[in-house]
Amino acid sequence: MTTLNYLLLLPLLAAIALVFVPRNYRVVMRLAALVATFVTMLLAVKMFWQFNGATADANGYKFVCTIPWLGAESLGIACKLGVDGLNVGLILMGAIVAFAAACCSWEIQAREKEFYILLLVMTGGILGAFASLDLFFFYFFHELALVPTFLMIGVWGRGERKNYATFQITLYLSIGALIALVGLIALYLQSGANTFDIPTLTEHIRKNPLSANAQHFIFPLLLFGFGILVSLWPFHTWAPLGYGAAPTATAMLHAGVLKKFGLYGLIRIALPLLPQAAQSWLHVVAFLCLGNILYCGLVAMRQRDLNLLIGNSSVAHMGFAFLGIASLNLIGITGAVVVMIAHGFLAALTFGLSGYLYRHAGTLTLDQFGGLLRRLPFVGAALVMAMLAGCGLPGFANFIGEALVLFGAWKSFSLPTMLAAWGGLIIGAVYMLRAIRSLLHGPLPQKWDHLPDASNLWRKLPFVLLLGALLFFGLLPGSLTEKIKPSAEAMLALANGPTAKEDQMVLAPVRSPLLRPEVIKSAVETQR
Amino acid sequence: MNSSLAILEMAVIALGLALLVLDLWTPPERKRELGSVAAIGLALIFVFSFVLENAGPKGLNITQENIRLFAFNKMFVLDGLALFFKRFFLLAAFVVLLMSVDFADRIAAGIAEFYALVLFALSGMMLAASANDFILVFVTLELITITFYVLTSFQRSRLRSLEAGVKYLILGALSSAFMIYGIALVFGMANTTNFAEIVAAGKPVFAKPLFRLGLLLVLVGLGFKIAAFPFQMWAPDVYQGAPMPVTAFLAIGSKAAGFVLLLRVLFGAVPEVTLQWTPLFVAMAGITILYGNLCAIPQRNLKRLLGYSSIANAGYLLLGVAAGSAAGSSAILYYLSGYLFTVLAAFTAISVVVRHLDDEDISAVAGLHQRSPLLAATLALAMISLAGIPPLAGFFGKFLLLKAVLERGATQPLFCWLIAVALVGIVISFYYYLGVVRAVYWSKGPPDASPIEISKPIKWSLYGCMAGMFYLGLFPNAFVNLTSAAVKVLRF
Repeated sequence: MTTLNYLLLLPLLAAIALVFVPRNYRVVMRLAALVATFVTMLLAVKMFWQFNGATADANGYKFVCTIPWLGAESLGIACKLGVDGLNVGLILMGAIVAFAAACCSWEIQAREKEFYILLLVMTGGILGAFASLDLFFFYFFHELALVPTFLMIGVWGRGERKNYATFQITLYLSIGALIALVGLIALYLQSGANTFDIPTLTEHIRKNPLSANAQHFIFPLLLFGFGILVSLWPFHTWAPLGYGAAPTATAMLHAGVLKKFGLYGLIRIALPLLPQAAQSWLHVVAFLCLGNILYCGLVAMRQRDLNLLIGNSSVAHMGFAFLGIASLNLIGITGAVVVMIAHGFLAALTFGLSGYLYRHAGTLTLDQFGGLLRRLPFVGAALVMAMLAGCGLPGFANFIGEALVLFGAWKSFSLPTMLAAWGGLIIGAVYMLRAIRSLLHGPLPQKWDHLPDASNLWRKLPFVLLLGALLFFGLLPGSLTEKIKPSAEAMLALANGPTAKEDQMVLAPVRSPLLRPEVIKSAVETQR
Repeated sequence: MNSSLAILEMAVIALGLALLVLDLWTPPERKRELGSVAAIGLALIFVFSFVLENAGPKGLNITQENIRLFAFNKMFVLDGLALFFKRFFLLAAFVVLLMSVDFADRIAAGIAEFYALVLFALSGMMLAASANDFILVFVTLELITITFYVLTSFQRSRLRSLEAGVKYLILGALSSAFMIYGIALVFGMANTTNFAEIVAAGKPVFAKPLFRLGLLLVLVGLGFKIAAFPFQMWAPDVYQGAPMPVTAFLAIGSKAAGFVLLLRVLFGAVPEVTLQWTPLFVAMAGITILYGNLCAIPQRNLKRLLGYSSIANAGYLLLGVAAGSAAGSSAILYYLSGYLFTVLAAFTAISVVVRHLDDEDISAVAGLHQRSPLLAATLALAMISLAGIPPLAGFFGKFLLLKAVLERGATQPLFCWLIAVALVGIVISFYYYLGVVRAVYWSKGPPDASPIEISKPIKWSLYGCMAGMFYLGLFPNAFVNLTSAAVKVLRF
């Protein structure tokens, strides 16, 4: 048993325990959820802290452990958990967001028992999905979080289009997940390794790469399956509506953490195991991600509802992660992972704040607000900081991620990078600043005179925590990037085949049809 | 000759006859308790089946050592597959009997006969699990079907129940006629009805067109039992009209009996023909999945919804037949076991909820979470398992089926299309299964908010079904080994 074991089992066991608590013990429910997620968070921090000192196994994974009984030996399925640089930060982020979400759940006043059970199951599923080193459980844990999402939005959700949004998000996500599942099973069958264990599979495929045909069959399944889960343009329409209808905690967990599952799957599985297909598909990704950044950015600009604005901006931010993945070099991939983590904190923070506002004001229509900064100094200030972080202001972790992605991607795809930088910086700044203006500045309408600020520590804690995390990783990015680097290098060594990393950087632009030969030549020369 | 091998079936029949005799001495107000007696009897027989498992020479384990024991002139076989399904049917009948005890006040008269008929149908299913001869296939199917004609129309005062009985009778008789005609053709060409002898006869017989025609007609009969396209027409009407425990028994027992016979015939008697007919099974599976799922979308009646869902599930199970491999057949067994717990949980919960209502409209479960959290959770879990979402049994079953089909997809592109169709079907099914979950948890205004009383046996059978769903979904290892050992007797 390692820290990781407890980290994953704690929320799930707490959920099981809550089933047996009578439903009128409301305080117990809330307390149990808070304690369970808090301890989980502490364990995640401890694991993150100890990461560099921990001993790695032969494949570079640390804290490796197996949960016995789960799984089927004869099929090569075992519930194996472990972390390396790619997921250690994601797990930390997931645990912190889960605790923040539990803190923000004070707004739930009906059927607390079911809510907290579902919240804990969702937390367990999320952490499991990122921690598992087994293809089957990787998928299993992600799907475990699907039903809680459905029920939480349906029962405690808000807005007139709640029913529609509930079914849309659930059906859309299950389509994506099922497509990815077929890809994963096909990968298992094609490898011939007869195991779902990711390290063993990786090792096996490194020695016996899959045939080009198989790769070209499986990679699109994974790309679009995972892409739907991450709201890759044009499969993004579920996200803003779904998040708009979701209760605060669900939106925080889903937009913040669960959505990153698809990106993580691409980095962990699709790129290293299907290198040849990846290289021919990545320029498609590089252009699709512009759809996220530009199209959804422009859509976000026109939103009159704060939640829809945040939802669209969160889709837009995913574009940067895709661009980083498409770059397929060390800087870009590191940047993509940092973007995933930073955006997790940011999305949770913004949805937490908008949830707070909705709870007290009963609406999120931007026209109806104004001058809130005077009434809500704390919440308003946190919102300003979140919006500025969303624009990519230096000092916040988002800046580090986006800058790394742009640096990394410039070498492979200069045109998309240019457009992405333009879109991210200008469009992003426009809608974020406009939101700040219409919400926080200007005259304060009389009806908001009664709006209370986050008064006590409990209300402030989740926002302080998330902002603190954003600033910490923004000011000390090395604590993250140093951990990511070795694992990203190992992954890239596989994704780029036996050739060295430098050769690949030359290769990538050659495949991009939009670049002229002289540009490639100069890129190669600057490289050398 | 070793007729003691059929001891389980004999015990079940003896139990049924004893019940009829006991009925004569039981005062009317206590007659419903006979169902509990029968259930206890089945539990004992279930335990005894584990003793029978070591019936091999020198006490060897039949399933693990892949031993086949024959009786009645090799018409009857006792092997791992047979034992697996016998236990399956015993478990199903056990829960169905508990359900019937709860349901007894809705049956006007003759409750003891009702219990006895359930037991006779059970004996037919258990014999079907051991069929090694086309004659036994026909006899067991008739035993099952004819008892179901009676059971379906048991609520004589309900028009719907009678209608269901008549529909089932007419279509069932038609399919039986097709089947016996097919068996006659098979016998005419192969000069035998025994599976082992047909396999031994091999190619020269398999190549005869009339033999194939006969086989096709046998498939019609079996297709009717499992409610696969194009023989599914009866399912929704009969499911809706039949008394609830009968619907549950039809959904799980009768379907599983159809599948064990299908496996026995296709992979026990004519494996080579089955291989050549792969496109036929692929088409059947694909169309059945789409038909069941698409028709289920607009349904408002819960039993009818489950009727269409059972058609769709027959399609999923046919994926395993189409795959035509050991992995596929083992997946069928696994999926059926998960389906057993899931369907029984769903029907038991619905049966308790609609106790005082005339109709099983979906609005009956509105606000169920307030009236009975246990029933609400059971129904929701059953729907989630049917939809195939982890961590429940339905997910692992679907996973195994998809994996089996994808294995074949590497060599035959046809199977990739089948996978695509199956995915479409699964996504559609999310819509209506989750629609039931929505009705349970957040639809508007329950018509009647009084708490629902649940009797002890029903409560425990609900717990049991939930435990089964979680066990098969979370800890599949032991059971996967069991199912793959059980299908070793089949030829691929």
